[in-house]
Amino acid sequence: MAEERGHEHDHSHGHSHDHDHGEMSELSDMQVRVRSLETVLSEKGYVDPAALDAIVEAYETRIGPHNGQRVVARAWADPEFRAALIEDASAAVNTMGNVSPVGSHLIAVENTPERHNMVVCTLCSCYPWEVLGLPPTWYKSAPYRSRAVIEPRAVLSEFGVTLPEETEVRVWDSTAETRFIVIPMRPEGTDGWSEEDLAKLVTRNSMVGTGLALAPDEAE
Amino acid sequence: MSNTIHDMGGMHGFGPVEEEPNEPVFHTEWESRVYAMNRAMGPLRLWTIDEGRAAQEALHPSVYTAASYYQRWLLGLEARALQHGLVTREELAAGKALEQNDRPNRIFQAEDVARLTRGSYERAPQGDPKFKAGDRVRTVNFQPKGHTRLPRYARDKVGEVEAIRGCHVYPDSVANGEGDDPQWLYTVVFDGQVLWGPDNEPGVKVSIEAFEPYLEKA
Repeated sequence: MAEERGHEHDHSHGHSHDHDHGEMSELSDMQVRVRSLETVLSEKGYVDPAALDAIVEAYETRIGPHNGQRVVARAWADPEFRAALIEDASAAVNTMGNVSPVGSHLIAVENTPERHNMVVCTLCSCYPWEVLGLPPTWYKSAPYRSRAVIEPRAVLSEFGVTLPEETEVRVWDSTAETRFIVIPMRPEGTDGWSEEDLAKLVTRNSMVGTGLALAPDEAE
Repeated sequence: MSNTIHDMGGMHGFGPVEEEPNEPVFHTEWESRVYAMNRAMGPLRLWTIDEGRAAQEALHPSVYTAASYYQRWLLGLEARALQHGLVTREELAAGKALEQNDRPNRIFQAEDVARLTRGSYERAPQGDPKFKAGDRVRTVNFQPKGHTRLPRYARDKVGEVEAIRGCHVYPDSVANGEGDDPQWLYTVVFDGQVLWGPDNEPGVKVSIEAFEPYLEKA
């Protein structure tokens, strides 16, 4: 049976996974179904498997939160860049040669003692792929999508973030083709740090708004 | 469809938000292939991003909630490939092409990945924007049968225009096969207690990105 061959083939390469055996048959069904669609689309000339390999490789290596970390670190270190980023984040990021190109409508929103920003997409899972890579599962999950807009402080507390009552929480629901990156507050005790060292304090969650930047003694 | 399960903002009952430690980019190979197929098919311009969203929103709510993110992407892609006649059910069942077809001229290739960025959805405006930053606006109260990007929780609510974001492809038109119909896009911010009532968390503001037809002067 094709399913049997597909099953064996899938385990000979690709990622290992942590799923237990109870989920194996469902997993195998998905692998067969996806391979079937890819084979038909490829044989009919709509996709090139080598291009698919290249897209996967790009998102597993080049395009990830490390890009956003560099953007935030530069914004902290360079006031002119920070101003340019707030003015037009797509254009500002594209002046950084070491970050993969960014399309239209990236918007940078800055945390201050008065306002903490947090990003969600209640209707699907819009996320600034180009600077943060693909979203983690929690961002795409029903609990986050449903709760971030109605009880953001409760959600933040589950992420270990408790803000002073006087700090406004501003939730950005990504309902159009604009995309948001949060510029977290620069941690105390980092005066004179290089951009490279500052970048190590920037977590993915801090750029979505469900975390804060690390303190110097929290960084590895 | 608009008033279905995908419009989750404000719903109860889904439980806590759970982080997965050291989460990989893709959990399985098939997830990565589904994602890559969706990205590679985009530049063929056979459909729009909003048509893609609408295909997932058309899933039965029980299917939508039971499916993982990438399962929904697969179901949405299969549905569009079938609707557009790219593949047949027989071919998907057989796992191979059974019919001759006109092949697209230029498909997404490996070397295109270096320039992989999102396209722009900004279009030439059809007129001046009706609103400016600082204007008080009320969102419309509607229940469209087709695709929309105005969430239920933000309908018939008074907020303030914070910024104009340019003139963009209008999802409510393009997803329903009625063309780009570009509309001005605004960031509109609401007080959390206007959206959710006086007992809700204090000091919360929520903004949506709202197309001009969603807004009336308040």
